[in-house]
Amino acid sequence: MLQIPTWKRILILALVALGLLYAMPNLFYGRVEAHNDAIVEAGRAGFETPEQAAARSLWPDWLPSTLVNLGLDLRGGAHLLGEINVDEVYQSRMTALWPELRDALAAERDSLGGVRRVPGPPDQLHVEIGNPDQMSRAVQIARTFAAPVVSLTGAGASTLDVTASGPTLIVQLSAAEKAATDDRTIQQSLEIVRRRVDEVGTREPTIQRQGQDRILIQVPGIGSAEELKELIGTTAKLTFNPVVGRGTDPNVQAGLGNIVVPSMDEPGVYYTLAEAPVVTGEDLTDARPSFDQNGQPSVDFRFGPQGARRFGAYTTANIGQPFAIVLDEQVISAPVIRQAITTGSGQISGAMSVEESTQLAVLLRAGALPAEMTFLEERTIGPELGQDSIDAGSKAATIATVLVVAYMVASYGLFGVFASIAVVVNVILILAIMGAMGATLTLPGIAGIVLTVGTAVDANVIIYERIREELRAGKRVVKAIDDGFNEAMSAIIDANVTTFIAALVMFFLGSGPVKGFAVTLVIGIATSVFTAIYLTRLLIIIWLERRRPTELVL
Amino acid sequence: MAFRLKLVPDNTKIDFFRWQWLTTGISFVLMVASVIIALTMGLNFGIDFKGGTTIRAESSTAFEVSDYRQALEALDLGDVSITEVFDPTFGADRHVAQIRIGATDDTGSVTPEELNRIEAALQVVDPNVSFAAVESVGPKVSGELIMTAIYAVSAAALGILLYIWLRFEWQFAVGAVTALIHDVLITVGIFSLFQLRFDLTTIAALLTILGYSVNDTVVVFDRLRENLIKFKTMPLIDIMNLTVNETLSRTVMTAMTTALALAPLLIWGGDVIRNFVFAMFLGVFIGAYSTVYLAKSIVLWLGVRRDWGKPEKTQKAERDELAGTPFQDAP
Repeated sequence: MLQIPTWKRILILALVALGLLYAMPNLFYGRVEAHNDAIVEAGRAGFETPEQAAARSLWPDWLPSTLVNLGLDLRGGAHLLGEINVDEVYQSRMTALWPELRDALAAERDSLGGVRRVPGPPDQLHVEIGNPDQMSRAVQIARTFAAPVVSLTGAGASTLDVTASGPTLIVQLSAAEKAATDDRTIQQSLEIVRRRVDEVGTREPTIQRQGQDRILIQVPGIGSAEELKELIGTTAKLTFNPVVGRGTDPNVQAGLGNIVVPSMDEPGVYYTLAEAPVVTGEDLTDARPSFDQNGQPSVDFRFGPQGARRFGAYTTANIGQPFAIVLDEQVISAPVIRQAITTGSGQISGAMSVEESTQLAVLLRAGALPAEMTFLEERTIGPELGQDSIDAGSKAATIATVLVVAYMVASYGLFGVFASIAVVVNVILILAIMGAMGATLTLPGIAGIVLTVGTAVDANVIIYERIREELRAGKRVVKAIDDGFNEAMSAIIDANVTTFIAALVMFFLGSGPVKGFAVTLVIGIATSVFTAIYLTRLLIIIWLERRRPTELVL
Repeated sequence: MAFRLKLVPDNTKIDFFRWQWLTTGISFVLMVASVIIALTMGLNFGIDFKGGTTIRAESSTAFEVSDYRQALEALDLGDVSITEVFDPTFGADRHVAQIRIGATDDTGSVTPEELNRIEAALQVVDPNVSFAAVESVGPKVSGELIMTAIYAVSAAALGILLYIWLRFEWQFAVGAVTALIHDVLITVGIFSLFQLRFDLTTIAALLTILGYSVNDTVVVFDRLRENLIKFKTMPLIDIMNLTVNETLSRTVMTAMTTALALAPLLIWGGDVIRNFVFAMFLGVFIGAYSTVYLAKSIVLWLGVRRDWGKPEKTQKAERDELAGTPFQDAP
């Protein structure tokens, strides 16, 4: 056991050296961060400014530049947990279906009789048929709007559930389609949130789906959760709706399927619009700021093929009619359609500044959130508080290391020095691995490292106590050390596996501080077994080979 | 002769079982007391588990909590509590208040307007005040967080139980898990008694205590198993005493190094994580105690199979073997 082949020695030392190399950038955190940021920014812009070049030269390109990601509690920033109101999408699907269904049913007015929508739950479409005896025909027509569900689990199911109750035809999304819709809604929301957060260019945001209908957003360096909410929450929900009327009374009877919406720049003016939009922001493929023919700031936009077709069909059929552009439940403008717009591109102009047009273009490009988000949890940690925590944590960690090292050296002499080297290397390896994995260091994470320092010593203590016993039993030095390592092994493995189990449970079940703590603990257990067993043993063997001691005081 | 610090002398011969009824009794009394205290006094749940908003307000000038309270009372925020945070690490120009506002609606968190009103109201009485941190958890999430925390602790305990059961005997698993429940319960009891804030980080600390306590117990059990094989005829109680004495030095060393690592964090780590570190610090000592005095007692009561490695024999087979075969056929 006390012979280690040369290749193993080199491997052990090489791993330690690699760890040192990868942990080193953390010593120069500010410089390396400036270097990394400059590269990212230059990459985004496609060229490099002199300031960015200067920042980049702060750290040599050929050295590793991986840093430990600092959590919000250390760096400051905002944390939001949002819940997507997926039900809203069911409702809008039903609203959008109504005009088409009405037209299809109305085409057979001779047999079905009059058709009108009656109030029902928001996610269902209730339609009253004039001749209830023809209900089976109505159901048949409604079913033509159903399609097979497109999803892995819902394959074979239909998108719509069509039932009849007396004279009322009830249409709603099927359970399979609801599940598929939920999934799409979350995916789309995630994408939109990601694009919006990216637009402002903060570094390393975390945007994750959590559970069925939630999104976790963590953005370091942002001033407050409010700011983040505004960024995400100001959904530029853009729709193009047919205009039914215009007036000054906000309480005007709109009629079923219509809504009353205020005008954005004409105070006191209200539009009555058809609730079902012709096209929505989701059909947009591009939006950019520009100027209209009068030199006023405006936004040019372009629809995708489907949107372009609907837009084209509507404008062709309604030349001379006003058409409202609605942004966030306000009418931006309601221009009269002068000609059929079949190319799929158009322009929004109104009273706005250049900044506003730029902002509007950004929001439109990022798309509208498909459904509203409710914020269940939000946390803001100020950057000063984070810095205080880093200072306090590193001060405490340094003192802790000094105390533990002093105690170990006082207890075991030279072997204590070996154990201390192993412990310090252990902390360095933890930082290196966290950097390489992109794991996040949090305040509880620092506590986790400190605890690892304490327990990493444990493996060495078990070994040394065992060697002491073997020495007391009268064994010779080399034999005592060899037996000490061998006998201690099963206790070390059992002890670490049990802690590892607890740490893994924390990692998978925990969130926030629990997870942050578990990350360092899991990594710390792995590295401490390596340093306590391999590194300490290598150091002791090298010492044995050089000194060939005949007695050992431990 | 080199100097060696030894807190535990070589070859101790302490009889750990002399007062085993007393020590185990104390453990059980403490466990029951903790449960009673936790049930009657309740835990001082943080917003993670209760929902609501906490604001950490910092000011460069000294302030009166009563002024803050008056300023906020006018806003009609419902259940508001303000505590001043004192910490030895704060400088003379650092004054911190923790403002906690109960949850108002069913799902959501604090609204920006509310937050602006609070900040404006406080700035009237203290122009230097600023919000260092604002955290808000809706009641919907906080309920789930409690459940997740309970799952996490139970699942960890179950995983540990399984591992020890597979690696040792079921008696050891029961002993270790009893010790672990003991440690967690007493820590919870102390948190309840002193009304320390109990939140997600406290759960992380509890899980660490769990890991540490088991770690400690397993090392002793490992040695116990070894001795059981080595001294096949020695009474169980003597083997246990021998084992604890043999591993005592290590138990004390490790508890000391861990305590040495945690103490600076407790003193200089700042008030944000003090509760968290305090729980771990406490756990180190409770864990060491339960290893020595509780886990083994349980194993002693349950008894351990001593014929390791041999197939289990029925009583009849054993009798047959003892009876032997006096006559043999000639080959």
